[in-house]
Parts: sequence; C-alpha cells; structure tokens
Amino acid sequence: MASLVVGSVSGSVSPAIEVTDLGKRYGRKLALDGLSMTVPRGQVFGFLGPNGAGKTTAIRLLLGLSRPTSGGGTILGHPLGSLAARRSIGYLPELFRYQGWLRAREVLQLHCELAGIARPRWAAVIPQALATVGLASRAEGRVATFSKGMQQRLGLAVALLGEPQLVLLDEPTSALDPVGRHDVREILHRLRERGVTVFLNSHLLSEVEQVCDRAAIVDHGRVVAEGSLAELLGRPRVRIQCSGLEAEQLRRLAERAPFSTDGQWLIFSGLGDADVPSLVQAIVTAGGQIHAVDPGQQPLEERFLELVGSR
Amino acid sequence: MTAVWVIARLTFTELLRRRLVHALLALTLVVIALTVWGFSRIPHLHLGGQPLTPGEVQLASAQLLLLVMFMFSFVLALSCSFVAAPSIAGDLESGVAPALLARPLRRSQLLLGRWAGLVAATIVYAVGSTTGVFLLVDWTTGYLPRQMGSAEAALVVEGVCLLTMALALSTRLSTITTAVISVMAFGTMWLGGVAGAFGEAFHNQAISDVGVATHYLLPTDGLWRAAVFAIEPLSSQAAARHGLGSTFQVSAGPTQGYLTYVALWLVALLGLSLFSFSRREA
Repeated sequence: MASLVVGSVSGSVSPAIEVTDLGKRYGRKLALDGLSMTVPRGQVFGFLGPNGAGKTTAIRLLLGLSRPTSGGGTILGHPLGSLAARRSIGYLPELFRYQGWLRAREVLQLHCELAGIARPRWAAVIPQALATVGLASRAEGRVATFSKGMQQRLGLAVALLGEPQLVLLDEPTSALDPVGRHDVREILHRLRERGVTVFLNSHLLSEVEQVCDRAAIVDHGRVVAEGSLAELLGRPRVRIQCSGLEAEQLRRLAERAPFSTDGQWLIFSGLGDADVPSLVQAIVTAGGQIHAVDPGQQPLEERFLELVGSR
Repeated sequence: MTAVWVIARLTFTELLRRRLVHALLALTLVVIALTVWGFSRIPHLHLGGQPLTPGEVQLASAQLLLLVMFMFSFVLALSCSFVAAPSIAGDLESGVAPALLARPLRRSQLLLGRWAGLVAATIVYAVGSTTGVFLLVDWTTGYLPRQMGSAEAALVVEGVCLLTMALALSTRLSTITTAVISVMAFGTMWLGGVAGAFGEAFHNQAISDVGVATHYLLPTDGLWRAAVFAIEPLSSQAAARHGLGSTFQVSAGPTQGYLTYVALWLVALLGLSLFSFSRREA
C-alpha cells in the first residue's frame, strides 16, 4: 500500500481531501493501488503521472463517479461522492463534451441551477465566469461551434462557478495554446490567493512546476513520490556555461567536483548556491572564461523520468 | 424534485432543438396533410357506379384511419426508441454525465429527469398528431373514433413503455445497441400479437398463448389493440367477436387488470433502471 501525507492538518478544519487505502480494480486490472493522502485546504496540489497511471481514476473515486474496491475517505469533511461534498466542488473532466446544442451561457445556467446558486446571482456569476476564461464575447455561441480549446475554457468556467472550496481539474490545459495555458496558470494563482484548494491532475510537468505548492507522482496506480515542489525538484545543481578549458583542466576540475556536460554547459549535480563562488574561481583560475551561471535544482522532468521511466 | 425538473426541462429542450425531431415534425405535418386530402376524397368515391352510402363512408374511413394510426404508432415507437436510447448511454459516452453528476445531483434524479422529459415529449407529439388527424378526419368524412381520449392515452402509454425500456437498456448498453434492441422488441411483440390473433381464429391455444405472452412481456401490442378498440366502429368489434379479429380489429378493450399490470410494469422497469444506473460506473 502506498502511503502519502501531504502537508499537515491543523485545528478542527477538515482537510480538503483525505483518503486511506483507496483502491480501484477493473476486473484483473488494478487501476489504483491503495492511495492514502491528505491534502490540506488552500493549496494547489499537483497529481502527476504518465498516461494510464491512475490519475483520472483517483478523481472519479473522489467525486463518487466510480465506486472504490477498497478504502475510502472524505472530501471537504464529507464522505467521498456525497451530495454535501459535491455542493462545494468544481470539476473539469478530462474527456468531456457539453451539449453541443446549448449556448455557452445556457451551459453555465444549467450548472448554476444544479449547483444551487440562487437565480438572482446568475446575472453576475455567469458573465464573471466567462470573462475569467476569456469567453465573455462568446456567451451566445453554441458549444458545437467551439474549438476544443474553447470548450476546455468553458469547462473551466463551469468548474469555477459558485465559489467552490475545492476545484478538481483533470488535464485542464491539454487542448489549450500557450496563451490559454498562461491564462489557466493565472487563474490557479488567483484561486490560491482566495484560499481555494486546487487538485490539479496533469502530466504537463512545467505546468505543475509553475503553479503547485505540493505534488504527488503516481505510476501504475501507486504513489511513487510526494512532497513540496522544492522536495520533488530533487537535488540542487549548478550549471555553468564556459569555454577555454583544455581536457587536462577539465579532468582536474572533475576531480574537484564531478560534472556532466551539455554542449558548453558544465552541470555540477549536488552543488548549491553556496558552492558557486568557489566553482567560478576554480574555472577562472584554470583559464576558463565564464559566460553564464545557473544555480538551481534538478528539473521536475528529470526527477519524473527517474521515478517513472525506471519502472 | 427541482433537480428532476431541471433535467426534464433540459431533455425536452434538447429534443426541440434536435434536427431529428425537426424532421419528424415536418414529416408528420406532411403526412397529416396527405392523409386529410385522401380522406376528403372518400365521400366522393363510387362503388358499382353508385356513390358510397354514409355507412360505407364511415366504415372505409374507420379502416383507413386504423392504418394511419398504425403508421403513427410505428413512427412513435421508432422515435421513442431512437430518442430514448442516447438518454443515459449517450450521456455516459460523451462525458456529459460525469460533468452533471459532479454536481449535487443524484443518479436517480438524472434518470427520472430524462424519463420525465421524454414522457412529456411523447405526450405532446402523440396527442398533438393524433388529435389533429382525428379532428381533420371527422371534418372531412364525419367519422370520429368513439373513444378518442382512450385511443390517444393508449398510444401515449405504448410510447412510454418503449421509451422506458430503452432507458433501462441505455443504463447498460451503448446507444446504437439500445435503439436496435428496442425496435426489434417492438416488432417482435407486434408479430407475436398477429400470431396470437391467428391462434384465436384457428382455435390453436399454443399460438394464441404466444400473443397473450407478448402482451405481458412488453405491453406495446396490447396497448395498440387498446387503441384499435377505441378507434374502430362497433361493427368491427362485432366481426372480431365472431373470430375475424386481427391486429386492426379487436373484440374487446383492455381489462382493468391489464391496465394495472401495465402501470406496475412501468414502475418495475423504472425501478430496475434506477438500480442498474446506481451500480454503473459513470
């Protein structure tokens, strides 16, 4: 059983998501293998994994769209899938299609009605949701005439209706262009500022890297790593772009601090900010010319491939 | 209850906007217009060089009206099958259902809302088209079915039975499979009813029992015969009582027991649909 505790729970406020040993089996195929996790309120939480890892299955179990074959839990303090929980949740499915014959405004009206948002508020809530996702001018457009990206924006508008406490987004930017992805990141930042918990299901690592406070990496239905982004990003490393070093000088430098190369870049794994001055001095002393210095951490993509690619 | 109403209204609105329904309504109007023209010619027909007597006009009108109503019954059955088949299966296949069910909406509310919207559409279509035909035939030939309301009710419930079955199937099967099975079931029940009539005419109990069984398995043919009884003239009923019954000529209307059974059949099938959908992965 994979066990994951994300953040700490303080006070009497229930966590946004708390599941224990949550599993799902379809016949012989194990889609989710004993997921245990606690996601505190107010964070943007990334749920990463390759295709078929069990990410969507986890979301479906949280919402009660599927029944778990083991385990259980709570969402916003209510049993998984309960009506009480769903009153405060916004959800953007991965594979969805709103009724093509409806206008964008009508889709939002339908969800306002189902979400129990008072009718007098619709006049303010619906234009606001459409404006947030950049569809203000397409309120009267029929969904059938929308591009895939526009439909995804509409789906996001639906998920944001009614000031939800928890927003579950399943691959929210898969159909969006770079501008759309930037817009989504801005929306996620604003949600975090408002204290809304976001559960972001994605395999776009750069997206998660830029917006998430914490993340879990799941593969073959099991959590293989979890933690804050700083923890997940892995070991520190320093990249230095330099020229003018001969083979012998490079060998001596490697004896001092092992490195790998990427073109003109020397990559010193395991070294951090504090090591930069001495590294720079060593290269200059050896006769090298420094063009750029980039202290940082192992990218999430490398960490992800280490964890998932090796399985 | 509010959520059921929301889904029912959504379903009804969807039907109003679908091209399939637009085409159906346009074709219905064309058929009604042609029917009325045809009926308006009956009083001017001659038999053996003599104009038809008022009694012959009535009899011819009644028999032709039954044929027209059978066509409407068939169209209603096809429409109910093809419109109800995607109601749940289509929602699941397209991803509409997960988006809806992530809201505080029970599966039972989604299913009952779909059912209510389809029933409302069936009532509007069946009552509207049959009332139009009945009144126009009365205007052109002077023949009005004895129990117009009963005939319309029987046709409506026939459609409701079929759409309820399609809805139940669509909680488990794909859209196209559901539609095909529903249409085949309707045809099979009709054929069973015809066989049953033959069994009665030739006093063959086994074949006659087939007809009875089909009326209970899926009550569409039983309800069609209830409609026939309400539409046909008394002379046809008398002929049927002398062993000349057919799918267009019946001797007796439905019993109270049979109508109660149909009501229970509908409730049971709805219950089965609710149970099936509640166990289904969305």
